[in-house]
Amino acid sequence: MAEAAPSPKIPVTVLTGYLGAGKTTLLNRILSENHGKKYAVIVNEFGEIGIDNDLIIGADEEVFEMNNGCVCCTVRGDLVRIMEGLMKRKGKFDAIIVETTGLADPAPVAQTFFVDEDVQRNARLDAVVTVADAKWLSDRLKDAPEAKNQIAFADVIVLNKTDLVSRPELAEVEARIRGINPYAKLHRTERCQVALADVLERGAFDLDRILEIEPAFLEADDHDHDHDHHHHGHDHHHHDHGHSHGGLKHYHDEEMQSLSLRTDKPLDPTKFMPWLQQLVASEGQKILRSKGILAFSDDDDRYVFQGVHMMLEGDHQRKWKDGERRESRVVFIGRELPEQMIRDGFESCIVT
Amino acid sequence: MKEFDAGESASIVSVTDKVRPLPLGMAVSSVHFLGDSACFVGTEEKIAVANAAGEISPVEVHFGAILCAASDGARMVTGGDDGKVVALNAKGETSVLATDAKRRWIDCVALHPDGAFAWSAGKTAYVRSGKAEEKSFDAPSTVGGLAFAPKGLRVAIAHYNGVTLWFPNMAAKPEFLEWAGSHLGVVFSPDNKFLVTAMHEPALHGWRLADNRHMRMSGYPGRVRSMSWSAGGKGLATSGADTVIIWPFTSKDGPMGKEPAMLAPLQARVTAVACHPKQDIMAAGYSDGTVLMIRLDDGAEILVRRNKGAAVAALAWNARGTLLAFADEEGDGGLLEL
Repeated sequence: MAEAAPSPKIPVTVLTGYLGAGKTTLLNRILSENHGKKYAVIVNEFGEIGIDNDLIIGADEEVFEMNNGCVCCTVRGDLVRIMEGLMKRKGKFDAIIVETTGLADPAPVAQTFFVDEDVQRNARLDAVVTVADAKWLSDRLKDAPEAKNQIAFADVIVLNKTDLVSRPELAEVEARIRGINPYAKLHRTERCQVALADVLERGAFDLDRILEIEPAFLEADDHDHDHDHHHHGHDHHHHDHGHSHGGLKHYHDEEMQSLSLRTDKPLDPTKFMPWLQQLVASEGQKILRSKGILAFSDDDDRYVFQGVHMMLEGDHQRKWKDGERRESRVVFIGRELPEQMIRDGFESCIVT
Repeated sequence: MKEFDAGESASIVSVTDKVRPLPLGMAVSSVHFLGDSACFVGTEEKIAVANAAGEISPVEVHFGAILCAASDGARMVTGGDDGKVVALNAKGETSVLATDAKRRWIDCVALHPDGAFAWSAGKTAYVRSGKAEEKSFDAPSTVGGLAFAPKGLRVAIAHYNGVTLWFPNMAAKPEFLEWAGSHLGVVFSPDNKFLVTAMHEPALHGWRLADNRHMRMSGYPGRVRSMSWSAGGKGLATSGADTVIIWPFTSKDGPMGKEPAMLAPLQARVTAVACHPKQDIMAAGYSDGTVLMIRLDDGAEILVRRNKGAAVAALAWNARGTLLAFADEEGDGGLLEL
């Protein structure tokens, strides 16, 4: 008897964004556009969505701590329950969108898809999409830790309401976003007019698609950036410092940063894996996201991993191709990352 | 994958040829007996009622997913994502018992032998008993499980970080049994002395109700989704491992400080358990589709269904203990008359 092919996992998009950024606008667009797909939507406020859909489910954002002594291993219990109920209607929808409240931390949602056996069997996290308000995000990054979390966590950032700001203001807010998260795909929109293919079916958590972890803004340089070298000054009140590269401003956020490590020399798997596990165990509260493509010594396969706080998953991906540069690259996005400690630890895993 | 392991099937008594096949034609999540009719609860919309002759008649109960079901042997109650609580009696008649005003999902239902019933939507648990008016209780978080105590009108409400014991007809403050974590299923022991919850993590938690002493029952590789008390409440059989795990409840300390019995190991996860109502035997269903009858004294096994098809989702005995009904997740069912 032939083994039945496992039914494909249903993709789940997490939609975050600070209050008033335009999450509901984007959601309404996704639901009303003629794409031939049916979405189950898990929302926090009933009634905001103007579309008739019997698969809109109200959630309570109930976060609980896993009983494993790890304070950041929080999951959304309501999501576990809703996913279980939704799976009874498998075949009635193609994908799931989870909208979080404006003040929510995306981590418990993402972690639910890492730790719950049943959720994991039936669904896969596709991407964290953060809608940001071009006019107010810079302010929120200063006074709302939630907004910063949402930017740091994002795979896709929809920078909305760009018609309400001047070009220098837009450059400013983009630079601030990049100072926190240079890896997310960024789309500038008015009224969330973004191609749905740019926010859905991204496969951002798909290990097979962690192919390039280059900062997205390097690729995006051909976009329409403003090139007037305006005076941005040094904002000493918030300890930010900006500088320009061909018109693209760079900020360093004192609190939330990304850290990129790379080496051409092979890594020792017997050192690297324990180091990584130890690192996320001790510093996981600070590390929001991690990703890596690794070249191990005496191993012809690329190894890829990703993580959310203390949770890691990884696998051998494929053989290194002939002529492909066997370079290991690791990226961490987090709060007050112990940079030197991480750099030293990474160095110590290199085969000498 | 081979259809079955000839070596294993040769060494074990088999009654597979005595099973009346029931092609239910719908995904199934549980089965309950009303008299001698096996009522298979679909994941959506319908209950398929199979009489002892194997005739199947579908009954519409919900417009959407059926999220929960309970039975007292005389009637069944289901809750759906259409916000309705629906009852089905032995004649095959349905009635809507309650409709949530906001059309919220009905996550849990429970039945009391006296005819009272309880349901929950979100954080709120409701009870209706006889002529008394509807009562409600708001738990601190979403209700994960509901159970009536065998005596008196008392409801256990499982939620985050513990269980609330609620007396709907009394002014007394509900009692709170605390234990960190998310509690999903909940059962009272038949003698009313113990309360056991199945947690989100792969473990059970229990309380001795006389003094609220804790009982931790852990070591499962997977979440416990099915629990069944053996005849006389001597043991609690559970799913979640690659053997049936039975916790002893014969002494006044329950399973505290004792090892559970581990019966019928297979290279598959136990997904459903159902103890015989009168004798020391039970049935177990596995993730590979196997159904076994197991003698509790010595673990002797009888094969009821080979390892084929999907995971076993539904398993139940009739009250007299003469019929065993089962079905896998995809609706391939069967009825065995003893």
